Amino acid sequence: MTSDYVKLIALALIAVLAAIGADWGRDLAYQVHALLIMAVAAGMFVWVLRNTDEPPRSGVDANGYMDDVVRAGVIATGFWGIVGFLVGTFIAFQLAFPALNFEWAQPYGNFGRLRPLHTSAVIFAFGGNALIMSSFYIVQRTCATRLWGGNLRWFVFWGYQLFIVLAATGYLLGATQSKEYAEPEWYVDIWLTIVWVAYLVIYMGTLIKRREKHIYVANWFFLSFIVTVAMLHLINNLSLPVSIFGSKSVQLFSGVQDAMTQWWYGHNAVGFFLTAGFLGMMYYFVPKQAGRPVFSYKLSIIHFWALIFLYIWAGPHHLHYTALPDWASTLGMVFSIILWMPSWGGMINGLMTLNGAWDKLRTDPIIRMMVISLAFYGMSTFEGPMMSIRAVNSLSHYTDWTIGHVHSGVLGWNGMITFAALYFLTPKLWGRAQMHSMAAINWHFWLATIGIVLYAASMWVTGIMEGLMWREVDSQGFLVNSFADTVSAKFPMYVVRGLGGVMYLAGALIMIWNMWMTIRGGAKVTAPVGVPAE
Amino acid sequence: METYSWMRQFADSWMLLAMTLFFLGVILWAFRPGSRKTHQDTSNIPFRNETSASDNDNIETGGAK
Repeated sequence: MTSDYVKLIALALIAVLAAIGADWGRDLAYQVHALLIMAVAAGMFVWVLRNTDEPPRSGVDANGYMDDVVRAGVIATGFWGIVGFLVGTFIAFQLAFPALNFEWAQPYGNFGRLRPLHTSAVIFAFGGNALIMSSFYIVQRTCATRLWGGNLRWFVFWGYQLFIVLAATGYLLGATQSKEYAEPEWYVDIWLTIVWVAYLVIYMGTLIKRREKHIYVANWFFLSFIVTVAMLHLINNLSLPVSIFGSKSVQLFSGVQDAMTQWWYGHNAVGFFLTAGFLGMMYYFVPKQAGRPVFSYKLSIIHFWALIFLYIWAGPHHLHYTALPDWASTLGMVFSIILWMPSWGGMINGLMTLNGAWDKLRTDPIIRMMVISLAFYGMSTFEGPMMSIRAVNSLSHYTDWTIGHVHSGVLGWNGMITFAALYFLTPKLWGRAQMHSMAAINWHFWLATIGIVLYAASMWVTGIMEGLMWREVDSQGFLVNSFADTVSAKFPMYVVRGLGGVMYLAGALIMIWNMWMTIRGGAKVTAPVGVPAE
Repeated sequence: METYSWMRQFADSWMLLAMTLFFLGVILWAFRPGSRKTHQDTSNIPFRNETSASDNDNIETGGAK
């Protein structure tokens, strides 16, 4: 086929250009990335060559949906989850025991380089893969049509994995633009933009050819997540590369404008990546697992519009008591507090979906995971608005309270709903009746829950303690404590936090084992025969 | 008027009003008469379409029940 020849020529060109880039590269990260791209392009060249003039595979399952990419996404979510949790647990112990910043591993293995590896691995690799695969699963079911765009779905899947690998190796080799949760350098940003636009196109295409008259609310949340993340990513990463053969770039904004842009991005990454996207999962998987429709569809509509109208303004609460004008930080604070209402509306909507099916809480560990996930969503969306109040923020900001808050949200809400989704999807996608071991899901549930409690509680204690120590002055007006005093006082809580991480990681490892056994073993169950639309 | 002041003034007057009205309109629209039936039907979407008919077929859509 002609298209195969075009692909071969393009891949060969990319490989050659990458080889030139590796030779002319100005820094190690750029050179390693160029070699990586060269290897990927060469591998794909061989793959396309071997498949030229072969009949194309349709990729459509017996049930009529394109689930192969969802299966790949389930595996990728599990894999990156373990990587992210492992790195997170390790850097937690690095903070407790600084000797773990091994001399022989410098500078690659120090806390400063591993920390963005952890945050990106859990948010973008684990969370991102969970969002992409579940959105592909949900959009097909709720639109009664298969994915639009043919093989473009594989471009999105593998392109996203390449983005993750480029970002992660870049951090270790020192390529970062020092913007929290937006650390990747310019060429990685450009690559992600291309992949993301392809993702949007597939999603829109599928929505447009839907067979249901209405667009189910989960899709609204997913679409707002995709569109808003695209906008945030583009604006926060406006930068000029120093050289086309180097990874270093310079931001277009500077000073307080740059800070405000960064936290407008940062907070809406929380709002639209970690909240709206995962709410899309919630609005599908919770009704599905409970076997009853969402408590109030009207409330879900109001939840959606209130969330997207309010979240976008909340960013300035990250910049209280800085060069940011007071009106802007007050605006951020007020909107953060109002945001409490739609958040709890959504939580209540999810929990009340179980109304009349509360007995399932005793018998179904997956439902239990969804409920604890919603409970943590409620807790962290109460804690967040409270911490955005300027007076509270003066105590909590720069302390570990913030880290505890973030983790109760991501470990509790995002992690638990993702685990529940994986337990829901794995048997379905591989044609099994249920997960290999229900007892193992129970173990996972308790290990993860106790792990989060240890994490959040120790961070509250240490955060408030260090906040109070920093502001303590003697009768002469001198500060009582040095910074190092707070560091040594935090040691026990850091160990407890690390242990919480170990428990959470152990729970996730049990899940991986359970998924493995479900996929490999057990008798195949034929996919449920479709119930015709009433 | 300089760009900043002009945009600032526009943002906290007409734009604010427009967005507030849009938001209130959305809520009112959700409560429009007859919406209950639509919402009931839409909220049941996850419970159909376990399989997809082939792209050539024309299946009955859920809204037309």
